[in-house]
Amino acid sequence: MTDALLAGELPLPQRPDYLRHGSTIRSWLATTDHKRIAILYAVTITIFFFMGGAAITAVRLELFQPNGWLLTSDTYNKLFSFHGIIMVWFFLVPSIPNTFGNFLLPLMIGAPDVAFPRLNLFSWYLTIAAGAFTVYALVAGGVDTGWTFYTPYSSMFSNTHVFAAAAGVFVVGFASIATGVNFIATTHMLRAPGMTWFRLPLFVWAIYATSLIMVLATPVLAISLLLVIAERVFGLPIFDPARGGDPILFQHLFWFYSHPAVYIMVLPAMGVVSEIIPCFARRRIFGYDFMVYAMLAIAGIGFFVWGHHMFVSGQSPLASLVFSFLSFIIAVPSAIKVFNWTASLYRGQISFDSPMLYALGFVGLFTTGGLSGLFLASIPVDIHVTDTYFVVAHFHYIMVGGSVSAFFAGLHFWWPKVTGRLYPESWAKFAAILMYAGFNMTFLPQFFAGYLGMPRRYHTYPAEFQIYNVMSSAGAAVLALAYLLPLGYLTWSLFYGGKAARNPWGATGLEWTTSSPPPPKNFDRQPRVDRAPYDYHAEGMSAGTDPPEMQNARETR
Amino acid sequence: MSDESALLREPWIDFGRQREAGKFGIWVFLASETLFFGALLLTYTACRIEHPDAFAAAGRETNVWYGTINTAVLLTSSLTMAVAAQAAEEAARLRRLVLACLIITAMLGLAFIVIKGFEYKEDIDKHLVPGAGFALPQPGAQLFYGFYWLVTGVHAIHLSIGIGLVSRLIWVLYRRELPAKDNPEIEVTALYWHLVDIVWIFLYPLIYLPGRAS
Ligand code: HEM
Ligand SMILES: [Cu+2]
Repeated sequence: MTDALLAGELPLPQRPDYLRHGSTIRSWLATTDHKRIAILYAVTITIFFFMGGAAITAVRLELFQPNGWLLTSDTYNKLFSFHGIIMVWFFLVPSIPNTFGNFLLPLMIGAPDVAFPRLNLFSWYLTIAAGAFTVYALVAGGVDTGWTFYTPYSSMFSNTHVFAAAAGVFVVGFASIATGVNFIATTHMLRAPGMTWFRLPLFVWAIYATSLIMVLATPVLAISLLLVIAERVFGLPIFDPARGGDPILFQHLFWFYSHPAVYIMVLPAMGVVSEIIPCFARRRIFGYDFMVYAMLAIAGIGFFVWGHHMFVSGQSPLASLVFSFLSFIIAVPSAIKVFNWTASLYRGQISFDSPMLYALGFVGLFTTGGLSGLFLASIPVDIHVTDTYFVVAHFHYIMVGGSVSAFFAGLHFWWPKVTGRLYPESWAKFAAILMYAGFNMTFLPQFFAGYLGMPRRYHTYPAEFQIYNVMSSAGAAVLALAYLLPLGYLTWSLFYGGKAARNPWGATGLEWTTSSPPPPKNFDRQPRVDRAPYDYHAEGMSAGTDPPEMQNARETR
Repeated sequence: MSDESALLREPWIDFGRQREAGKFGIWVFLASETLFFGALLLTYTACRIEHPDAFAAAGRETNVWYGTINTAVLLTSSLTMAVAAQAAEEAARLRRLVLACLIITAMLGLAFIVIKGFEYKEDIDKHLVPGAGFALPQPGAQLFYGFYWLVTGVHAIHLSIGIGLVSRLIWVLYRRELPAKDNPEIEVTALYWHLVDIVWIFLYPLIYLPGRAS
């Protein structure tokens, strides 16, 4: 019975491609094509990214001076809270999964679409509705709880629009669950003939592991926010110690989600990088099986380390020890990944095109962030640097240095496939290098400031920390420029860029076998898979003979 | 075969596969829901361990009759839902049975909500809503009722969604927009309904039985 699907061939060439297939607003807003939905998400999260960026620009300006020269403390609190809430839930969590994941997952497994296309669209609308709640919270006066909504402050004392913001995050959580369900079902049910589990590209594995976390962790976030809302709006005493409640309970629930959530942010990034490194090193990825197991291990162990966020909250010393130990354990699979990327580069024929530069940037920044995470997992060090800028630097290295660099890496790698256009490579390389430099300028000083004792979330500080803050703010300006540049040249490429061939990088992977941009149903005929991924030594893929630029020129239609 | 082509959806080419995917998808979703309620119940458990006496005292204030009747109502609805799903799988001529069972299921769901409404009314009259003027002295009792309102409220919302889904099914089947035979939506809705039912099976002892044993 199922063989009918396997043997089924789609009708012959469908033209025009998915971008030109209908151009009315309706054809976009009611689309069920996963590629168009990916574009809708891309536009949405770009807007969120710049909103969150604008908020933090004001914060960094404020921190130029030790004495609070620009903002009131109230505005300051609202701005960094808005920055955190938007960046985590409306940019980072949906970033790679909902854009590249949506676009590439069906293409990479040889499917015409995701398993539930209408659910896919629905989840985008949920994201929009959720964003509307949260942005409403901002324009109506803001929220000052920080992105973590810690109780009892959020549930009893804060006089701000916590309800609207928490409701927004609650709803976007459901969007995330829907996406996760969809991706898991797609990976299980829609693989092309011959696409066995261990022939899946690592990006697919990454999205699959991420989806597992989304489905299993997000409901717990939903509950913790629901409890906050219930306490605020209906006066239920869940976190109020005077009426028998327990404020620490919130932290347990919250971090049970939010620690795995950092892997929602970073696993997809690992997936992207695992596609790019073999392509530009012209080598098969080193230790494919281990890469898969490492990702699954990260997804699994990620559920058992939440307590390392609570070393100073008064949890029992035994619990702290166990969480500390488990946090060291989870570093192992992460290290395996870094070693395997390095081993894949070793003796490769490396070409430093822009996607590769971004990807290498990821490896460097992620490693720094990960190592500083080991500091934080050690209880004595953590007690020293808790709630200082050391922590801010640590999670920016992972989330911004890691995930955002990988996002840009993927953007440059798949841009020709998504848009059918080539961008100016020298600009792209320049932006990649600028981003790396700007990033380190911004966040490296924060490690020092934090280690020396500058607390986070304060808008005034002793004058001795000014030097670090000025460096950091100057770096932020560079970084902001580096983020804006791609917006410029990529937009330019949409109109004036050269036409991209099917496979401008000479990459393996099914997504490169269809035209650029792909037709609405992805493939003109049902693909079949007969070899392992990253087969860069197979015939026609030999290293060195075809520099990617040459192939660009040759394959251009 | 014509039935199947009416039910076939993008991006599927094979109906059997589509059905399997729908079932698989709803199971993944149910796993997610389990964690949703699981987190809630775990929180409840943690609080109960902290305040055993207050929880016992508060539990005795609940009206076990409403709870028990509602348990029976919901279990019966699960039976009719299961019959509907089974009949839909068996044969096309059982369409009327499918419809009848779905209608009874929706009515029983509605009955549950109505009974719950009466119970809520009584609770409010007895000042069992946390906040000023709460009836019981112990702080932990307010906590119990905090959970009571939250958990039963969330369950009622789930049940209402279920009633909506079943009603929609009745509508499309009645108008013959889709055939009942082999319709995967019946199966998927049934699985969801059973989840809501099972959640109640956990809630019943946690809410109505503390303090009543021995
Ligand atoms: C130019 C880039 C950025 C700069 C200069 C920057 C700066 C900062 C600063 C100074 C804080 C500290 C606020 C505090 O004292 O707690 C902060 C917090 C935070 N940032 Fe960024 N950030 C940048 C980009 C990002 C991006 C791209 C993300 C995520 C994608 C992000 C996520 C967060 C989060 C989650 C917090 C925590 C907010 C909180 O403490 O509640 N940041 N950022
Ligand atoms: Cu953590």
